[in-house]
Amino acid sequence: MRFAPTPDQLELAGAVRELLTDACPPEVVRTAWGPEGDKARTTLWRQLADLGLLGAMVPEDDGGLGLTEVDLVPLFVEVGRAAVPLPVAETVAVLAPLLAAHGSPELGPLVAGDLVGTAELAGSGILPWAGCSDRALVRSGAELRLVDLTGVDLEPVTTVDGSRAAARIPSVAGASLTADPAETERAWLRGALAAAAQLVGLAHRQLDLAVAHTRERKQFGVPVGSQQAVKHLLANVLLDLRFCVPVVQRAAVSLAAGAPEARAHVAAAKAMTSDMAGRTARSTIQAHGAIGYTVEYDLHLYVKRSWALAASWGNVAHHRAVVADSLGLPPAVDPSALPWEATR
Amino acid sequence: MDLTWSPAEEAFRAEARAWLEANVPRGLPSGDTREGFAAHLEWERKLFADRWAVVSWPERYGGRDASLWEWLIFEEEYYRAGAPQRVTQNGIFLLAPTVFEFGTPEQQDEILPKMAAAEQLWGQGWSEPGAGSDLAAISSRADKIDGGWRINGQKTWTTRGAFCTHLFGLFRTDPEASRHAGLTYLLVPLDTPGVTVRGFGRLDGDEGFAEVFFDDVVVPDSAVLGGVGQGWSVAMATTGSERGLTLRSPGRFLAAAERLRALAVERAGSLSASARDGVVDAHLRAEAYQLFTLAQVTDLVEGRKAGAESSLNKLYWSELDIALHETALQLLGPDAEVDGPWSRGHMFSLSGPIYAGTNEIQRSIVAERLLGLPRK
Ligand SMILES: Cc1cc2nc3c(=O)[nH]c(=O)nc-3n(C[C@H](O)[C@H](O)[C@H](O)COP(=O)(O)OP(=O)(O)OC[C@H]3O[C@@H](n4cnc5c(N)ncnc54)[C@H](O)[C@@H]3O)c2cc1C
Repeated sequence: MRFAPTPDQLELAGAVRELLTDACPPEVVRTAWGPEGDKARTTLWRQLADLGLLGAMVPEDDGGLGLTEVDLVPLFVEVGRAAVPLPVAETVAVLAPLLAAHGSPELGPLVAGDLVGTAELAGSGILPWAGCSDRALVRSGAELRLVDLTGVDLEPVTTVDGSRAAARIPSVAGASLTADPAETERAWLRGALAAAAQLVGLAHRQLDLAVAHTRERKQFGVPVGSQQAVKHLLANVLLDLRFCVPVVQRAAVSLAAGAPEARAHVAAAKAMTSDMAGRTARSTIQAHGAIGYTVEYDLHLYVKRSWALAASWGNVAHHRAVVADSLGLPPAVDPSALPWEATR
Repeated sequence: MDLTWSPAEEAFRAEARAWLEANVPRGLPSGDTREGFAAHLEWERKLFADRWAVVSWPERYGGRDASLWEWLIFEEEYYRAGAPQRVTQNGIFLLAPTVFEFGTPEQQDEILPKMAAAEQLWGQGWSEPGAGSDLAAISSRADKIDGGWRINGQKTWTTRGAFCTHLFGLFRTDPEASRHAGLTYLLVPLDTPGVTVRGFGRLDGDEGFAEVFFDDVVVPDSAVLGGVGQGWSVAMATTGSERGLTLRSPGRFLAAAERLRALAVERAGSLSASARDGVVDAHLRAEAYQLFTLAQVTDLVEGRKAGAESSLNKLYWSELDIALHETALQLLGPDAEVDGPWSRGHMFSLSGPIYAGTNEIQRSIVAERLLGLPRK
């Protein structure tokens, strides 16, 4: 038993954090909202590729880093903390390992940063990051298909997080990658896990902003952060957040081990982090006052990404239902019926 | 990351499980009543006889030198087996760590074996009518006399005080010194002349609380634990164990969440969507608490100190416990008003945010020490 990241894992996460502090400050996320977004994204993608990050889950023989889901959690926490406006999770956790497993010629350019790949496996009809991606992994029934987005006429969808570059899933058939249910499920779970880890990082960022703001901002002659109501509000955010972290880590351990519990453990992680994300956004906006309720201040960049991720890769209700099934809970009954009516 | 147990740890678990399955008594009356307490003492003595009372202590005091990991395993098995509440807990989990850290060798040899054997039963004498959250407002005093101390004053809310034989408490020994500096940690046999103990009912009606009055009670110099005037720092050094891991190990909540799940299956006919959600939530949170402690024990084992983190534990388990019991009452429907384990558990859960430092105080600690928000 040793339930803590290894020094190597911490070191890698530290390197990613350092890179993103420089390469993806709030201004870059903000730029991604606007017409100049593409240039900022291209530079950033190249930097991530140079670090080797895009091939993190690709076997070393195929030119990757050969890392596992467990190594990825601290990395995706950093990607979330910086709200990187690119499909890093989709490329790294979902698409690249699949392409590697199938010996796809697309793998090389993807890992090298020459292609950007996104993915949507929930069947929502909306493809995140479509506007900045070259390839998309989508689901068609039990099948995963790879769509080449080059030259496809996309129908953009305006999303709350304006950096998402989302579009309707195009009606292009694409090429079948796999129809193996186990492989499809694993891809789905990796995506959900990566979203959960990003939600942790996003919450950290929101909390850091709220703490910094409430230490500085004075009302009634004292920092607002010295008021007990504000303290307790933010203490709750930390509490919520800190107890999500080990649940996300365990999901990664189970997934990497191919354990049968992986499904329930990923569901636990995504359910808890999605729930936490809603509370964190609400509380950190409140702790800021009106400045938190504006697009001129940075907080909204992180809040809106966390809303987007809470709703994708399965929302709270979906993942709670998966956990409920794993517990063998019977279906819910209609509480308006009294026991003697039960036979109606 | 390694979430597996070693063969030795698995063997330890198997041994604990087998012993508990063979020995756990069923249907004991509440340990917060006089008869129930006596029945629980019998159980404590059985635990001691087979060296399961204080597994993490050294063998010479009746333990097994178990590691923190093994202790967690034992606790998991203990609650999984539905074993009785530990009426000796305030001695074992609150006083003992302090005695190990601050006691003289004589004090350790005198106190620890008898505590483990449930021969000496220790109550916690910190709170007073005028000193609750503001513990440093303690006014019970101990005045220096030749060879010892003379105590006057009153303690209250002493858990199971009416059934205890001894009390560990904080007393004001230097009224001139600033609030925190004038306190001393004293160990007092409750049969000393001048001590009066009055038990009274908690929310569930059981005599689980007591007031303790001191009227010219004389104790020797050897009653001081950790130095005259050092009471505050001696007491605070072990509040972490009260708030965190040792007082409320995850096994307790994992077992409760599992009982809740079984109740939901049994009461499938009244499983509303919200109750179903509540069961899922209790399960998720109990596991989160377990995983959090696994990370915490890893840190402790590798020499990283927990400190103010224990306030997070306390907030989490106490609020989980309430939510879990509220869901149980929902599942019970009209049966919720019947006196039984769930309704009693529900009442007890409501005390979680009060004892061991109220949750308001813990939130302030989290905000100031972990987040770095300014003090007022
Ligand atoms: C079941 C149970 C068992 C106990 N066992 C023992 C025992 O064995 N030995 C012992 O010594 N004591 C024991 N206690 C007492 C316990 O330690 C105290 O109840 C606790 O410290 C709170 O003190 P109080 O009850 O005086 O409440 P108060 O301090 O009067 O608090 C009342 C309310 O005001 C809030 N409050 C107080 N100060 C602040 C502040 N600065 N900021 C925000 N809110 C504040 C509190 O959070 C609480 O909600 C026990 C209590 C319970 C419920």
